[in-house]
Amino acid sequence: MNSAYKIISLAAAALFALASCKKEKNEPVFDDKNLAPLSIEFDNIVGGQNLYLNSGSYTNAAGETFSVSLLQYFISNIKVQKADGTEYVVPQDSSYFLIKEGDEDFSEALVNVPEGDYTRLTFTVGVDSLRSTMDVSKRTGVLDPSGGMADGMYWGWNSGYIFFKMEGLSDAAPVDGSGQHKFRYHIGGFGGYNAPTINNIKTVTLDLTERGIAKARKDRKANIHLMVDIGKVLSGSTTVSIAAHPEVMFSDYSVNIANNYAGMFRHDHTEN
Amino acid sequence: MDRKKTGIVLTLLLVMTLAACRKEVMEQLAVAFPGFVKPANFPEPAYHFSTNTPTREGFELGRRLFYEPRLSRNNTISCGSCHIQSAGFTHHGHDISHGIDDRLGKRNSPPIMNLAWNTTFMWDGGIFDLDLQPIAPITAHEEMDENMNNVLAKLQAHPDYPGLFEKAFGSREITSANFLKALSQFMLLCVSSNSKYDSVMRQEGAVFTEEEAAGYALFKQKCAACHTEPLFTNHSFRDNGIGIGFNKDSGRYAVTLNEADLYTFKVPSLRNLKFTAPYMHDGRFYTLEAVLDQYSGQVKHTPNLDPLLQQNGIPGIPLTAAEKSALLAFLNTLNDKQFVTDPLLSEQ
Repeated sequence: MNSAYKIISLAAAALFALASCKKEKNEPVFDDKNLAPLSIEFDNIVGGQNLYLNSGSYTNAAGETFSVSLLQYFISNIKVQKADGTEYVVPQDSSYFLIKEGDEDFSEALVNVPEGDYTRLTFTVGVDSLRSTMDVSKRTGVLDPSGGMADGMYWGWNSGYIFFKMEGLSDAAPVDGSGQHKFRYHIGGFGGYNAPTINNIKTVTLDLTERGIAKARKDRKANIHLMVDIGKVLSGSTTVSIAAHPEVMFSDYSVNIANNYAGMFRHDHTEN
Repeated sequence: MDRKKTGIVLTLLLVMTLAACRKEVMEQLAVAFPGFVKPANFPEPAYHFSTNTPTREGFELGRRLFYEPRLSRNNTISCGSCHIQSAGFTHHGHDISHGIDDRLGKRNSPPIMNLAWNTTFMWDGGIFDLDLQPIAPITAHEEMDENMNNVLAKLQAHPDYPGLFEKAFGSREITSANFLKALSQFMLLCVSSNSKYDSVMRQEGAVFTEEEAAGYALFKQKCAACHTEPLFTNHSFRDNGIGIGFNKDSGRYAVTLNEADLYTFKVPSLRNLKFTAPYMHDGRFYTLEAVLDQYSGQVKHTPNLDPLLQQNGIPGIPLTAAEKSALLAFLNTLNDKQFVTDPLLSEQ
């Protein structure tokens, strides 16, 4: 190959590369019929450590050591927003997810959104009040109230979903009926159907610009990776003492725990 | 084909068609299913019939499920175990009901009766949709101690149920929704509306005796504000002054976390009291006389005591012995023998 030819080839290659670069940067026109897959990964951690069910040992702000045997929560009503303010709300019927620590099949929320670059992510922790009161035929998939009392996410006696459930062992907890030093946090409450009561539905909005916006394209799956620091459940705006509150279920105190866990989500990075 | 042959063929066809028609008509007559019928003297029901209309197949499936012990962990307890038809669908003779392994609950089992008009369920009103109601007893530790997944799996594996669900809902796959809707269809048809009182109100020929009429007048004056006709409850939650129970049951407070609801319970209907003793949420009174004595002379001051029970500075509802006996005579007209013996509602 002579050098002239080489230069021409190189120039062509460079042009080609530039052109493709340019194409890459081009954001597709927003079209809510032109959908691309987007996943949101919920990576549960405790402070600076990964969360390991049963085997991990952690310490809360009250100085109590604890381990976690069960952690699950509902994520719903996912919404994404572009820098120019354009918003896409995932259709409700496809927008309910159960996150279960220790189960790969329940570690992310997979949705479809129009091709585009998204700078903000919004979701609900829990189940909105409308769905909480819907006809039983609309309660399918993770919302099917057929789970057991042990791992179920539904209260039969006081119609409603358990939004967040965390159980574990701690020497700080008194011995319960089963002979274990167990703590149990079952948090729910959608505001009441025919009489007002506590509302623990939490909406979380995360800015993605600093850690990487999500570029949803049809030919691949963008993944928004969130770190979920469940240490904050006990150590947030309220310092929850396991000794003082070994069991929190449907009670006024549950509001403190819900306020705490609303702050446990942090955007770590995005894989585009 | 000549005319004669054509004539014979046509006649044969006609006879066959008529026979088929007749068979169909006869079958329909034999199994006429009325569906849900609102009694003439009752208001419009509260249940959402648009999303679950009772059919014969759905009702019969629901009835079978209601009497199905597979709904409990060890297949020993059915809904009908604590909701006995002859006891007005309550647990006759039990102050608080016992469920699986003879574990004791904390409340007296309420009647499966006229639920189509209920806006909430349970003594504390914690459940707002009849379709969601069965989940509570199925999963409660001291009732059936089972979970819904297991129940659905047991029914799916049963030789009869997939076919019965297909007949009722068009699919052999047993889902939570169809399981719950079938149970609702049975419970919705547990309508009690054929007491002497109903007959009098609908002017079907019955008349109150003098004492019953006097009791009715007293009832309207002293009881009807909460036990509103014709269902004999206004579905509200009240502290009726019986005092805090032995187990400190906080009543509706557990559902609303509102201090004003502490120790309040749903106003029960007064229908079929003859069959449903004992009375109150914890079954503490075994006779209606004891209930009337409570209201007339033993009302206790609790923070949320109903204002209707402390008028003019007098606690309770003053009643003379004669008034009590008239009230009892009237209450006796609310018993519906047909309801507690209706073979359509019995285990088949």
